[in-house]
Amino acid sequence: MAFNRHGVWAIYKFEMARALRTLVQSLVTPVITTSLYFVVFGAAIGSRMNPVAGVSYGAFIVPGLIMLALLTESMANASFGIFFPKFIGTIYELLSAPISSAEIILGYVGAAASKSIVLALVILATAALFVPISILHPGWMIAFLVMTAVTFSLFGFVLGLWAKGWEQLQFIPMLVVTPLTFLGGAFYSIRMLPPAWRAFSLFNPIVYLISGFRWCFYGVADVSIVVSACMTLGFFAACLAVIAWIFKTGYRLKN
Amino acid sequence: MASIISIVNLTKSYASGVQALKPINLEIERGEIFALLGPNGAGKSTLINIICGIVTPSTGSVTADGNDIVRDYRAARMKIGLVPQELTTDSFETVWATVSFSRGLFGRAPNPPFIAELLRELSLAEKRDAKIMSLSGGMKRRVMIAKALSHEPDILFLDEPSAGVDVELRRDMWNMVRRLRQRGVTIILTTHYIEEAEEMADRIGVINKGGIVLVEGKEELMKKLGKKQLTLQLREPLAAIPAALAPWNMELKADGTELVYTAGHDGTLDIASLLRQMSESAVAIKDLQTHQSSLEDIFVSLVSERH
Repeated sequence: MAFNRHGVWAIYKFEMARALRTLVQSLVTPVITTSLYFVVFGAAIGSRMNPVAGVSYGAFIVPGLIMLALLTESMANASFGIFFPKFIGTIYELLSAPISSAEIILGYVGAAASKSIVLALVILATAALFVPISILHPGWMIAFLVMTAVTFSLFGFVLGLWAKGWEQLQFIPMLVVTPLTFLGGAFYSIRMLPPAWRAFSLFNPIVYLISGFRWCFYGVADVSIVVSACMTLGFFAACLAVIAWIFKTGYRLKN
Repeated sequence: MASIISIVNLTKSYASGVQALKPINLEIERGEIFALLGPNGAGKSTLINIICGIVTPSTGSVTADGNDIVRDYRAARMKIGLVPQELTTDSFETVWATVSFSRGLFGRAPNPPFIAELLRELSLAEKRDAKIMSLSGGMKRRVMIAKALSHEPDILFLDEPSAGVDVELRRDMWNMVRRLRQRGVTIILTTHYIEEAEEMADRIGVINKGGIVLVEGKEELMKKLGKKQLTLQLREPLAAIPAALAPWNMELKADGTELVYTAGHDGTLDIASLLRQMSESAVAIKDLQTHQSSLEDIFVSLVSERH
């Protein structure tokens, strides 16, 4: 057996079933949260805002909001998926199964990414009810969507492996990624910032993701699309490298 | 018989410096029931967890049905099923889903009739659509066994199968183990309930402080180390053993009110002629008992000897 496809499929199905069991938490909650953003920023405040780069403010924030949900949910899904078996002890089965690290990741990360992509599309459809949306580069949009979902699912998987308790599981998403996303231009263009802050923002990796994703919709970007694409690939490679190291050393998994 | 598991110079030391396993060499024969006996903390679970891939060995090697557990881990692990000591299950899954999951995880194509039969054998058929959290502890243990057998392994590890299990389930489990053996499955169980080993095992390995103290067929072990004794309670205390009784290997105990006769190496007691001789010597008997040492006695003496 060179590839344990039944094993990968078992993990994938298991994780997808978990999402279906918790449909409210995994789909309805993010959709409602995002709708609230549209009501507040899109309808209430947005009507008083000037269009950004020729795009109405309500429409302008859509890619950022989708990214926000995509990042958060990818991380939450993947980190919980691997943290929970560790927490309750069922990880023994995974460790004793004839399945490689790569296959385990494929199952867990594949499922987490699938779920957040579905979620992103649902949010996109929801947003289309509120504001007029155009997608200039649908191919690129899908590519960004998939790459970001996979990358942050990988990142979440690492978090789930690293976390020793629930608090640590929440720590990075709440205190690092959420602020970076808010400051990453989900609600504004970094061109609106004073030059010093704008330069500072370029150290925020999320800026590249949101800018690239927004370019796919409206053809406007804070940074060049090539840079965005390279940065996305860079994060992806970094997460892969960390995971490869974890499985090689058995870090937090095996004694 | 050829061995199905070969353990060669296996050791495990943790980063903290604790040596959990001293070099272990052990062959498990195909189709046998092997009981690994030892006190808590002796290294039983560590040994099992290494063979199953949960703990990384420090040195040495293990092969399962000829497959190295590290190099050919896929082939090795497909042959092995593990029922761990702790009851760890997914509370929200159904019995059917979790057992099917295990089968897939171990690389087998779905086979609903097989899973249905497995659940039936373990008296879980009625619970197939029940969420695991709604099951009793004993039922959960059955689910764990079903999971371990879901991919039709040739080797089954039962780590402390009787811990916290009621009499009925224990009997069911023993019956199941015997059925599995009839189908050619090799079973390795760890236990500190000696009666379990005594009831089930073909061979017994005693592990203590991370080292294998002895490996022996159960019958031989009992014969070699077991003691058979006859205790005679006397009406009148004796000051010394009468000369006429000298040919029997006897000791005077309890202030001369008891005579204890221990069987020789052939393991038999010559009771009839002893009693005849005693009545001739006018030693009156109030009561008598025989005692055969159990595996438990043997085990306690083995483990305490090497402290």
